Amino acid sequence: MSVLVYIPTHEGRATKVGLEVASYAATISSDNKVVALVSGDLTEDGGIGSTGVSRVLHFEANISDNSQISKLVSAAAKAEGAQTIVLSGNNEGKAIAPRVAISLNAGYVPGVTSTTGGKSFTRNVFSGKATAIVNVQADISVVTITPNSFGIKVQGDSSAIIESFSTEVGDERVTLNSFTPTSTDGSVPLPEAVRVVSAGRGLKGPENWGIVEDLAKALGATTACSRPVGDMGWRPHHEHVGQTGITIRPDLYIACGISGAIQHLAGVNQSKVIVVINTDPDAPFFKAADYGIVGDVFEVLPKLTEAIKAL
Amino acid sequence: MKLLVCVSKAPDTTSRISFTDEGRSFDESGVQFIINPYDEWYALVRAIELVEANGGSVTTITVGDASCDPIIRKALAIGATDAVRVDTTPKDSTQVARLIADYSKNEGFDIILCGKETIDHNSSAVPAMIAECLDLPYVALATSLEVSGSESTIVTEVSGGTNNVTVSGAFVLSAAKGMSEQRIPNMRGIMSARTKPLKVVEATDVTQTTEVTEFKLPPAKGDCVLVDADNAEELVRLLREEAKII
Repeated sequence: MSVLVYIPTHEGRATKVGLEVASYAATISSDNKVVALVSGDLTEDGGIGSTGVSRVLHFEANISDNSQISKLVSAAAKAEGAQTIVLSGNNEGKAIAPRVAISLNAGYVPGVTSTTGGKSFTRNVFSGKATAIVNVQADISVVTITPNSFGIKVQGDSSAIIESFSTEVGDERVTLNSFTPTSTDGSVPLPEAVRVVSAGRGLKGPENWGIVEDLAKALGATTACSRPVGDMGWRPHHEHVGQTGITIRPDLYIACGISGAIQHLAGVNQSKVIVVINTDPDAPFFKAADYGIVGDVFEVLPKLTEAIKAL
Repeated sequence: MKLLVCVSKAPDTTSRISFTDEGRSFDESGVQFIINPYDEWYALVRAIELVEANGGSVTTITVGDASCDPIIRKALAIGATDAVRVDTTPKDSTQVARLIADYSKNEGFDIILCGKETIDHNSSAVPAMIAECLDLPYVALATSLEVSGSESTIVTEVSGGTNNVTVSGAFVLSAAKGMSEQRIPNMRGIMSARTKPLKVVEATDVTQTTEVTEFKLPPAKGDCVLVDADNAEELVRLLREEAKII
C-alpha cells in the first residue's frame, strides 16, 4: 500500500509531530512504500530517514497558506498513486487535510488514535467520551493523527533520498502579517505536550500560579487550566483544556485544585496517567484518576516539586 | 455584508453518551440537543456583531432533518436574519460540506463562518472542505475577526502561537474561543424568531465517503491509588517505578 506523508519542518528539520507522522506511516505500510513530502527549507533529509522512510519529495518554495499546501499534497499524492495520505492532526494539518480529501474525492478520518488495518481507523468522538471505528468507502483515505498518540519510532540512522518535486500551487491568498509565540520560555505547545500540569479554581487567584509553574518547570511540563480560570482571566484562553477548550492526550496530566466536571474530563481523559490533587475527597476527578492526593495544593505542590527535583 | 453561519445540532455538553443498534448509532433518547457551542458562541455571535456594526444579513445553514428546527429557531432568536435547512440526515462531514457548498456557490456570501468543530464528532473538517469545494481561502481557529471593506484581518491559533493574517474578498473561517461572548436571546428575539424565514431546501445528490461501523465507550478506569498528602516522595516513586512516566 502506497502511503504519502506531509511532514512539517522547522529550520530545515522535521518537527516532532512530523517525525511522529512518518513513524506512523511506516507502521501502516507493510511493504514500506512510504513517501514523505516536505515544503520549504530542508537540511539534508531533515532527520526523516531515521523513521524508516526512504524517499522524500522536496518542494522548494516556502508556503503556509492551506490552499497552497493542499494543492501540493494532492499533486504529490496523484504523482505517487498514494492510497493513504497522512498528516499531523495539529492546527495546520487539520486545515490542510480536509481540503486534500475533497480534492482527491477521498474519505477523511481526522484524529486517528490507533490503526485497525486496511481502510478502517479508530478515532475519538464526543470529546473523548467515546471512540468510533470509521471505514473509508472511497478508494483513497486521507487521515490525520492526534499528536502524541503514536510517538516517534527511530529505526536507525539511515538517510532518505531527496527528490525535487514541483507543481503549480496557485497564489497565496491568506497573508501573514505577524506571528506571536504563546510561550517565551520555550515550553512545548499544549496540544503536543508530553507532560501537563493544570490548575483550577482551587488556586484561589492568578497570583498563586507560581507553585504550578514551579512544578511544571521541574517536570519539563506545559501549564494548562480549567475553563473557569480561563473565563475569569486568571490565565490566557489558550491554556484552557476541556470540551470547549483544547483536547490533549499527554503521557502525564497533573490536575491541581480542579474538581473534574464532565466537560473538563472530556478534554483530558485520554491522558495516559492522571494525577489529581484536591482538598475534597469527593471531587469527581478522583474517579477518573490513576493517582490522587487528598490535600491542600498550597502544601502539596511545593513538596511534590522538591521531590521531583531530588530525582 | 452578507454572511453565512453554519449551525449544527449537538448533544448538550453534560449528556451521558451511550449507543444503540449494536454500537452503530448514538442513543438520542433523553438527550438534550443544543446549538454546537462553537457555532453559537463564536461564529454566530461574531457574525451578528459585524452585521449590527456594518449592516447586512446573517443567514444560518444547517444540514439535518426537522429535529434541527428548534436549534435553528434559537439561532434566529439570538439575532440571525434568516435560516436555511438542507433536508437530509447527513452521514459524514464530506456530505455536509458538499451540501453547504452546493447551496452557497451562487449566493455571493462575503464570509462563511463555522465553529472550529462540533462537540460530537470533533472533526474540524467541514469549514476546510467548504473552502476547497468553493475554491476559497480558509482561515482556521480564528479568535478575532475585524472587517474593513473587502479586507478582513484575523487572529488565528497556530502551533506554538498566534498568527495575524489578512484576507481580501470572500473566505471561510472557523471560530474558536475568544472570538465573542455568548449571547442569551431576549424575549423580543424569541418572539421575532417565530416569524423569521426558515427555508427548507432539498439535498443535492452527494454521497458519503466514510461510515462509522462501531462506537465504543472507553474501558472503565481502575481505582485511583491514593497517596498521603505528606508523602510526595511516594507519588514520585509510583510515577517513576509503577507508571514509568517520569
